[in-house]
Amino acid sequence: MDLVSFAVQLLNGVQYGLVLFLVASGLTLVFGILGVINLAHGAFYMLGAYLAYWITARTGSFWAALVGGVAIAFVVGLLLEEIFVKRLYGRDHLAQVLLSFGLILVLDEIRHILFGKDVHSVPAPEFLRGSIQLTEVLSYPVYRLAICVFCLAVAAAIFLVIQKTRIGMIVRAGAENRDMTRALGIRFDVVNRYVFAVGIVLAALGGIVVAPISTVFPGMDNQMLILSFVVVVLGGIGSVAGAAIGALLIGVADSFGKVFMPNFSSFTIYVLMAAVLLWRPNGILGRREI
Amino acid sequence: MARGALTSRLVAVALVAVAVALPFFAATYYLQLASKVLLMGLLAMALNLVVGFGGLVSLCHAAFFGLAGYVLALTSPPYEAASIWITLPAAVGAAALAALVIGALSLRTRGIYFIMVTLAFGEMLFFFFHDTRVAGGSDGTFIYFKPLVAIGSLPLLDLEKARTFYWVVLGLTLAGIALLVVIVRSPFGHALAASRVNERRARSLGFPIYRIRLAAFVISGALAGLSGYFAAAQFGYVAPQMLGWHVSATALVMVVLGGMRTVTGPLLGAAILMGLEEFLRASTEHWKLLEGLIIIGLVLAFPDGVRQLFDMALKPHAFPALRRMRRPAVPREAGNA
Amino acid sequence: MNGDSRLILPTRRTILKGATGAAALGLVSPFPKPAIAQGAPLKVGFMLPYTGTFAKLGKFIDEAFRLHVEQKGGKLGGRQVAFVQVDDESKPEAATDNMNRLVGREKVDVVVGTVHSGVAMAMVKVARDTNTLLIIPNAGANEATGPACAPNIFRTSFSNWQPAFPMGKVMAEAGHKNIVTITWRYAAGQQMVDSFKENLAQTGSGAKIVEELYLPFPEVEFQSLITRIATLRPDAVFSFFAGGGAVKFVKDYAAAGLKERIPLYGTGFLTDGTIEAQGEAANGIKTTLHYADNLDNPANKAFLEAFKKKTNLDGDVYAVQGYDSAALLDIGLTAVGGDAGARDKMIAAMEGAKIDSPRGPISFSKSHNVVQNIYLREVRNGRNEYVSVAHANLADPARGCRLSA
Repeated sequence: MDLVSFAVQLLNGVQYGLVLFLVASGLTLVFGILGVINLAHGAFYMLGAYLAYWITARTGSFWAALVGGVAIAFVVGLLLEEIFVKRLYGRDHLAQVLLSFGLILVLDEIRHILFGKDVHSVPAPEFLRGSIQLTEVLSYPVYRLAICVFCLAVAAAIFLVIQKTRIGMIVRAGAENRDMTRALGIRFDVVNRYVFAVGIVLAALGGIVVAPISTVFPGMDNQMLILSFVVVVLGGIGSVAGAAIGALLIGVADSFGKVFMPNFSSFTIYVLMAAVLLWRPNGILGRREI
Repeated sequence: MARGALTSRLVAVALVAVAVALPFFAATYYLQLASKVLLMGLLAMALNLVVGFGGLVSLCHAAFFGLAGYVLALTSPPYEAASIWITLPAAVGAAALAALVIGALSLRTRGIYFIMVTLAFGEMLFFFFHDTRVAGGSDGTFIYFKPLVAIGSLPLLDLEKARTFYWVVLGLTLAGIALLVVIVRSPFGHALAASRVNERRARSLGFPIYRIRLAAFVISGALAGLSGYFAAAQFGYVAPQMLGWHVSATALVMVVLGGMRTVTGPLLGAAILMGLEEFLRASTEHWKLLEGLIIIGLVLAFPDGVRQLFDMALKPHAFPALRRMRRPAVPREAGNA
Repeated sequence: MNGDSRLILPTRRTILKGATGAAALGLVSPFPKPAIAQGAPLKVGFMLPYTGTFAKLGKFIDEAFRLHVEQKGGKLGGRQVAFVQVDDESKPEAATDNMNRLVGREKVDVVVGTVHSGVAMAMVKVARDTNTLLIIPNAGANEATGPACAPNIFRTSFSNWQPAFPMGKVMAEAGHKNIVTITWRYAAGQQMVDSFKENLAQTGSGAKIVEELYLPFPEVEFQSLITRIATLRPDAVFSFFAGGGAVKFVKDYAAAGLKERIPLYGTGFLTDGTIEAQGEAANGIKTTLHYADNLDNPANKAFLEAFKKKTNLDGDVYAVQGYDSAALLDIGLTAVGGDAGARDKMIAAMEGAKIDSPRGPISFSKSHNVVQNIYLREVRNGRNEYVSVAHANLADPARGCRLSA
């Protein structure tokens, strides 16, 4: 493999990893702040992709899908927190596992009722449809590069919010020591609601941006869910920076694994995870036990 | 209280009698369904040893279940029946070994981490069978004949017959229940419960928590393997999805549905969930929606399982207490520890 | 990963006839009802994918089968037909269970299904065990009419070996020397690649396979393998994908700029039923299959017109396969006057069937697999247009089948 091919494969891995990060960051935030394990996270990724298809098909605009999908996901997140999730705070993890498992079944059927069961593809925005010539034979789709840029921008925004704003401070404090923060008069019910909704938005956003390069199909949620879990386990629960590292590691491992170890490509990811856990049981940047 | 115990004992005897007699009045299809319920019930009961009694929420028991099925598929000669004396120990042994390795790594973690790590290890085994060419990859593989139960050339039981198969599965399920009851009532079972109720205190009392949990995890994995072996034999087919986390999660639903604090609760949960599924599926296209809503409702309303409903029926005076739902779930084992 | 719901949460199902409320309670009368051969309608069980990546294929097979029955006045072989549907979701793990439901609980007379090879093999096993008449309207697993062949199992579609085989000659004659193959790592993909290789070696043209690329079924993240193809720079690529995966592969291949430089070939599934979603990306792709959209024969024209009228959709190869399945069953039932109990006579008639299919004349081999023309087609203007007959009356070698007529 020559250097250019190597670089392109690396780019493939990074691009995949960035999308993974987008989805997994939502999961890790919800874990970290709310202490809630949400198996239905992947279902929101699928819902995002279906919303992208549905809105694009009706309005003809991917941007409408982006804005509309995010808005819908946010509202759905707020509602779900109000109706179900807030009853889980302080309950054991088993209840959380089961409730979110039930949610998966419900969301999947709602998807079926609303959007049907067909496989769809979503057109990328007009000006991102081209390709950039990389080598004599190989071009790289502009849209994939745009995904990288977009995910990096979202990542930067997440870090800015967490590091620089008052909300971010509360979020950090809550992740560090929940009881102490509460004692200081922070109202967690409000914070929780918005954090949960933002987590859902991030999952849906992942689904929306990959819709044009992936087909939209029932069952697309499952692999994303498991990979997001692996990313969070690798990075350390609640750590957004850890999720970034974990996601990139997995993206690159997957990309090269497919080429060099075609029979073990998915397997390599789990071997990587086992190795990291042997070294650090709480993840690369995990500090505490939850 | 004594009257209650007597009633429940009578109910149990009656249930077993009905179960034994089932092949005489049920059609083959329902016999197969009953075998399936018993096997899923056995899986759920095995899972409950670590979940209900040990307080460890594992999401990888389907991996032990499926692994044992794969061992049967891989050790069966292509065109003849495999001997149960070789394949069964191999399958259960493989499941136990996998549980030992996964447990040894996963039990270094706690809480949410334990759930996620077991989930990820379970999926690792799933992908091992899905992505490699071992036993047909994502297509799965067939087991053309049910295992042979014979001594020398003398056949003892013909598992190909749905009746015989059902009775064998019923016998194994009862044996599994007996084993679990013995374990739960033993000093080991008390120590396991103690580590759930108060890990720190149990540790300071000198219990080797890690080893106790690992032992429970391995026993539980082996029993899940036993169930998986017969599940694979029943349908003559294994696929990676048998190891997938949806199966683990479904078994967890059965555990919670039937109640976590009893040995047989999960079996009841399996019967209810699978019966419900059979019924919903026949009545509506969107049965998963209903099943999901029922699961959600169950979690929010009856954290101690549907047995709560029976308690409610038997002891109406306890009714107001049900609204509060959070009965401190400390069984008598904890007191003895 | 299409593992959306595994093992014990299998399928959505629609029962057209009969409330099964009593049955669902768990205990039904153990006494079988006496078979009423003539009065009761013939129960046909569809076990097809109505959801998932192959949903559209299942729908087309279903619709075309019903179309044929409607054309016969709601009857086959003079007997009324009732349908029971089960969605197999293309999940092999639920297949045995679903098949048992159809055979054991619904007591259907004949099962029609399915698309996915793994699911079909599970169905074949149950069909062999219970001696149920099974007509396979798509799944190409060679084994179904190979080692697992049985008198009660017919296939009206193709074996995986068939459509891929002539491609070796086609590509060798086009002068390609270095070829890369790419497909999903599952039985169908592997068998098509093997068949293609078999023919390529027979051409003696010196053409060789540079590398065989695989990814897990039904994964659709092709980017790193497409990059690998660009690195290897072969003369041409042979591929097999179907359904949603085919749409994405063809689009990704074009988006990577490879289409103009490294011509893409494949079995027809790559561009059949997917061509609309693929758009311009599919133009110029050459494939081999037992059907082409513009086949110039009266049966095809009549079929396409009728299918369009019924469903408002353009018929395709999957629809043709469903249509021919009904035609085959009709021939069998006609021979026995609608009495599906006269199995031997019915099977003999089906074995001897000669059908003037929309895809051209078809007959059946000793292993009960269809014998048919394989056409070379090219995608032009959003259609799979006929180029030439790549191999006339091609019969599957039926390796391992012990049936003899």
